[in-house]
Amino acid sequence: MSLLDVRDLSVVFQRRGERPFTAVDKVSFSVEPGQTVGLVGESGCGKSVTSLAIMGLLPQRGNKVTGEVLFEGANLLELRPDDMRDRRGRDIGMIFQDPLSSLNPVIPIGVQVAEVLERHQGMDRRKALREARQLLDAVGIPDPERRLKEYPHQISGGMRQRALIAIALACKPRLLIADEPTTALDVTIQAQILTLLKQLVDETGTALIMITHDLGVVAGLCDTVNVLYGGKVVERAARHELFARPRHPYTHGLLNSVPRLDSVRGERLHAIRGSVADNIPWTEGCAFAPRCNYVVDACLEGAPPLEPTATGGDLRCNNPVPVEVTVP
Amino acid sequence: MTERTEPLVELRDVKVHFPIKSGLLVDRTVGYVYAVDGVSLSINAGETYGLVGESGCGKSTLGRGLLRLVEPTDGEIVFDGIDVRSLKGESLRRARRRMQMIFQDPLSSLDPRQSVESLLIEGLKAHGLADDKAATGKRLRETLEAVGLPASALRKYPHEFSGGQRQRIGIARALVLNPELIVADEPVSALDVSIQAQVLNLLEDLQNERGLTYLIIAHDLAVVRHIADTVGVMYLGGLVEEASSDDLYREPMHPYTRALMSAVPVPDPLVEDRRERILLAGDLPSPTNPPAGCRFHTRCPWAQPTRCADERPALRDVLGGHRVACHYAEEIAAGRIRPHEVEPELVRPDDGGAPGDTGELIPTP
Ligand SMILES: Nc1ncnc2c1ncn2[C@@H]1O[C@H](COP(=O)(O)OP(=O)(O)OP(=O)(O)O)[C@@H](O)[C@H]1O
Ligand SMILES: Nc1ncnc2c1ncn2[C@@H]1O[C@H](COP(=O)(O)OP(=O)(O)O)[C@@H](O)[C@H]1O
Ligand code: SF4
Ligand code: SF4
Ligand SMILES: [Mg+2]
Ligand SMILES: [Mg+2]
Repeated sequence: MSLLDVRDLSVVFQRRGERPFTAVDKVSFSVEPGQTVGLVGESGCGKSVTSLAIMGLLPQRGNKVTGEVLFEGANLLELRPDDMRDRRGRDIGMIFQDPLSSLNPVIPIGVQVAEVLERHQGMDRRKALREARQLLDAVGIPDPERRLKEYPHQISGGMRQRALIAIALACKPRLLIADEPTTALDVTIQAQILTLLKQLVDETGTALIMITHDLGVVAGLCDTVNVLYGGKVVERAARHELFARPRHPYTHGLLNSVPRLDSVRGERLHAIRGSVADNIPWTEGCAFAPRCNYVVDACLEGAPPLEPTATGGDLRCNNPVPVEVTVP
Repeated sequence: MTERTEPLVELRDVKVHFPIKSGLLVDRTVGYVYAVDGVSLSINAGETYGLVGESGCGKSTLGRGLLRLVEPTDGEIVFDGIDVRSLKGESLRRARRRMQMIFQDPLSSLDPRQSVESLLIEGLKAHGLADDKAATGKRLRETLEAVGLPASALRKYPHEFSGGQRQRIGIARALVLNPELIVADEPVSALDVSIQAQVLNLLEDLQNERGLTYLIIAHDLAVVRHIADTVGVMYLGGLVEEASSDDLYREPMHPYTRALMSAVPVPDPLVEDRRERILLAGDLPSPTNPPAGCRFHTRCPWAQPTRCADERPALRDVLGGHRVACHYAEEIAAGRIRPHEVEPELVRPDDGGAPGDTGELIPTP
């Protein structure tokens, strides 16, 4: 049994007077124990909404979530809010992009870590604070004894993200969901945090869902990568396979359009034309069709299905990029 | 890309310090943010100078100081032989037309109530260039065409465009004045990856067609390497290294540049698996209270017991135009000095905010 099995997860936002909007459209993927799974795609493709739906953190009103989120076999979508709250923090930890807004500004860091331990592990305050100090130390916060007493605004962004990681990992969850955990940080601080995450995941055996728009982050971290476009998974492959032979025209286009630190200079970038504003609804065809260089007639006759590939991945495309083209 | 190699822009020891005020009745200056603290560089006509560095290191302030959108505290700015800092009134306005800026966030830098047409005409009017209606209309349409937008865009409003299109409008607004220098502050960092490439290609095409000179400010090293001829790396208000784009990326010499480059994730698992990262300890120190000596010495894995902590290294030519501000650049390059562990020093975000003492959290038994 997978640790997490997301099946046909859909999230439809419905505001009064507006047309319903499908942000996540029958997304399925699974996470094995200890595995690191990437969700990548550009702004608005549904990464955060997927993770919020898994965590039961979407707003109470204005949206409809369907499908199944099986965590060790139990459907989280059917849990009562109390039980779900219990699961969060204990079984599933979460780290967001902006650590300042995820920490309580008026409670010292140490108490925020300790409270998680008290709530989920029944420790008393004294024991929880000792444990908290060790956790801050483990995530590389210098002088943890003093930091315990400080408030979030008194430490830097990188240190806040470390504190958040300490909170998320306090109860040794089996799954950690990180939504753009380093996007707001400088690149040298990002390197510190990614190294820390990798090390903690290795040491504790926690599975990780890494949500990012940065293909470089995925390349160094994820075992399996899911590429999202317009709310659907369009390609899924093992890390090396995806980067060596991207078969979906969108994945291929993305990898070709980013300037690389180690590439030959002076070459023109291969941009993907248009923008997501040009997408067509999946009900009419492949959402990417208006931007796609490989479009064929079938692409305008309903959504192409997600089908298994010969290399163990999945692909949603009528006319994939030939392997000869993708091999450099 | 380069035919002429005359400097169009020269900065000499430019400083921009922001006073920190305190006091309710009388404004008392209690300190300074040393945002830019002695930068000298020159930008050749028709070339692209890329400025990289982490947030707060003074990149934007330097760009704004160059255009006198903030007043430099000290130093010399020469644009096409003109002493920019001494310009006033009409002559400043004339010089400003020739130097335009593109901003990071296309939406917040465009007034949402103005149509694209009025956004573009605004600048022309300010410079008395919109008197002939027919000529102006033609100029607007040509500018839009140059940035890849249809003429129908003129009647629309910024919110009706995607992020990439809004950045094109931002570029059009700069371009319509026919400037010689464009300072682009993080022109693609708010854009999705697939759109970044479109905008970078557009900037390159425009440079080739019009012989523009660019100062491109970005935190993304891969973007800067792609587009710039010369790259300057900033750390805490100063340039720590400058070289041609190829040289810098082939052989970064300053310890900070090395760390910065080793930190950038590359979208290639084969490269990522083999990489050795130079992880810097701790955070960037505050520019209100920069470390003495070499500003990087509190985090430098190669720091030495002599000179580093008390003598500020000058940016010096180390080999054939490759400039480095490090006392030990040669020794480090030759491997005679090895990196060592660094104890992280804690840096407070606002520097000076007294730690709120909540008493003993852990009762001493
Ligand atoms: N509360 C909401 N009400 C209505 N629409 C929403 C809501 N939250 C998100 N959406 C929409 O759902 C879509 C997916 O949003 P989501 O936040 O998951 O994107 P993302 O992939 O995380 O993007 P980013 O990279 O910008 O974080 C977007 O079109 C967004 O505008
Ligand atoms: N108008 C201002 N008043 C006071 N401090 C400022 C002002 N503008 C920028 N700063 C400070 O100057 C430093 C450099 O800022 P900036 O040039 O924006 O950095 P970068 O663009 O490299 O991120 C920062 O510490 C910033 O907070
Ligand atoms: S299904 Fe068709 S339009 Fe969509 S990505 Fe594949 S080839 Fe392109
Ligand atoms: S001068 Fe010293 S501290 Fe500064 S970069 Fe060079 S070795 Fe490091
Ligand atoms: Mg998101
Ligand atoms: Mg800036």
